Amino acid sequence: MLKIEHLKKHFGNQVVLDDINLEIKKGQITCIIGQSGSGKTVLFRHIIGLIFPDGGRILLDKEVISYPNMKPSEFKKSRKRFGILFQGAALFDSMSVGENLAFPLREHTNLTTEEIDKIIGESLEMVGLREEFKTKMPSELSGGMRSRVGLARAIVMKPEIMLYDEPTSALDPIMTDKINDLILSLREKLGMTSIVVTHDIGSAYKIADKIAMIHEGKIIFDGTPAEIRKSRNPYIQQFIRGQRKLHYAVEEEGSYAGTFNLNRLRQENPAERKFRMPQRSESEKPEMEAGRNDEE
Amino acid sequence: MNFLLEGVCKIGETGRSLASFGGGFLRSVYRYGVLAKQTISRIHLLFKNPDITISHMFNLGIESVPLVSIIALFLGSVTVTQAVYQMSGFIPMRYLGVLVCKSIVTELGPVITAMVFAGRVATGIAAEIGSMKTSEQLDAMQVLILDPIRYLIVPKTAACVIMLPVLTIWAEFLAFIGAIVTVVLTVDVTLFTYLSGLRLFFNAHDVFIGVSKTMVFGAIVAITGAHFGFEAKGGAEGVGNATTKAVVTSAVLILVFDFIIALLVL
Repeated sequence: MLKIEHLKKHFGNQVVLDDINLEIKKGQITCIIGQSGSGKTVLFRHIIGLIFPDGGRILLDKEVISYPNMKPSEFKKSRKRFGILFQGAALFDSMSVGENLAFPLREHTNLTTEEIDKIIGESLEMVGLREEFKTKMPSELSGGMRSRVGLARAIVMKPEIMLYDEPTSALDPIMTDKINDLILSLREKLGMTSIVVTHDIGSAYKIADKIAMIHEGKIIFDGTPAEIRKSRNPYIQQFIRGQRKLHYAVEEEGSYAGTFNLNRLRQENPAERKFRMPQRSESEKPEMEAGRNDEE
Repeated sequence: MNFLLEGVCKIGETGRSLASFGGGFLRSVYRYGVLAKQTISRIHLLFKNPDITISHMFNLGIESVPLVSIIALFLGSVTVTQAVYQMSGFIPMRYLGVLVCKSIVTELGPVITAMVFAGRVATGIAAEIGSMKTSEQLDAMQVLILDPIRYLIVPKTAACVIMLPVLTIWAEFLAFIGAIVTVVLTVDVTLFTYLSGLRLFFNAHDVFIGVSKTMVFGAIVAITGAHFGFEAKGGAEGVGNATTKAVVTSAVLILVFDFIIALLVL
């Protein structure tokens, strides 16, 4: 459904996205994971047309929707197909919950006030909020409630693709689980394709059909949650296990050349020169063990 | 030799900093111009959501009345006191009313009201837009295909353009009251002499020009506040910087445009 081809972006001298290729299938939930500063938010902003690439393109149903030097107004047509939940929900502070939800409906449709009220009620119900919330102001809501209202606002226009930017990053574990359930239930009820940008690997395991991992502006993994668990890439294992330093075993030097350059990592991080090497001599073993103890 | 090379390096660095500052300034001026153009080109859409403009007229205009009133009363009093001091021994006091009237109607009333209005409103607009930007509300508007300029800037600009002349008329009225009270209480001039002076060279054209130019000042206040709000970067510090720049730039632009209008009209 959505295809990202050779996407490149730089800000000044800093290359943020470096040849990103990714395909998102209809009806699937794809989680884009990565460390802070890895480029996942920049990728997210490309998909929703808030920034445009320096190279490559984005296709939606085989139609190019984003390319270099594109005028923002050209993206307008595609924008109607996206629903977005921002980190922190980005509710309009000066409007009540009901007005937040009604605003896009009032401006883009010819629905009557009664019809708009009905849609608002349904959307709030879908995210597990009662209709009485309509009169509350965003400042009166908790983080979880704000996320739900943001979600309700995103679905009022019935989007085909739903994007979530760090939906659970500021929430407690119980609320995180509720939001994850909500993402799954919305997919069931509305059949939307979903893209979730997150660094919460627990949420990704729970909701994702597919996980794409981005590191230093490149996609270093693209597969199912089961496949990412089995990955032998040290960096991926470090990320999914939440380890502070890289010290996961590798079987063979250069076996991840396509996705992970071990030599470069060693040059950049001399302290990490303690990967378990094949045919390691006996004399090196104590040093490795000492290193491990140090890690712990 | 080293000394010379260091000198050349320093000159180069200074040149680069100046070029970078100049480039940034010119880019900011360009974006200001684009924002002003976009605002003016969308002004016809104002009538689709008149309720937003009306609520801003209340928030930005009516709520400024207490502040403007206090300043206007003292403005009248100070003008009289200064005029008496400057005229004593040189100019007959029957011209006191003329001097006070001309000062308040042509310059002090419109400019001081606009400055006070800028202090309250340009900062408010910059802070509001800046915090909307940092909390991604502007992005949310864009992805919901709700044009931020149409829904945020145009109604605020219209409210400022309508309300600043109204506030100016109110401020000038109160300044005259303040002036009369001061004349009666502190100056050795009869009220009759003072009022005769007021009427002596009173020209309705001056009032018209004075009030009309505040429409330009109103647009300057709104667009400057919005511009610096859109330019805000980072968190609270960025919003704070935006509000400071908004009020300083508004004040400078009000005086610049006051001069330009004076050259063109008078």
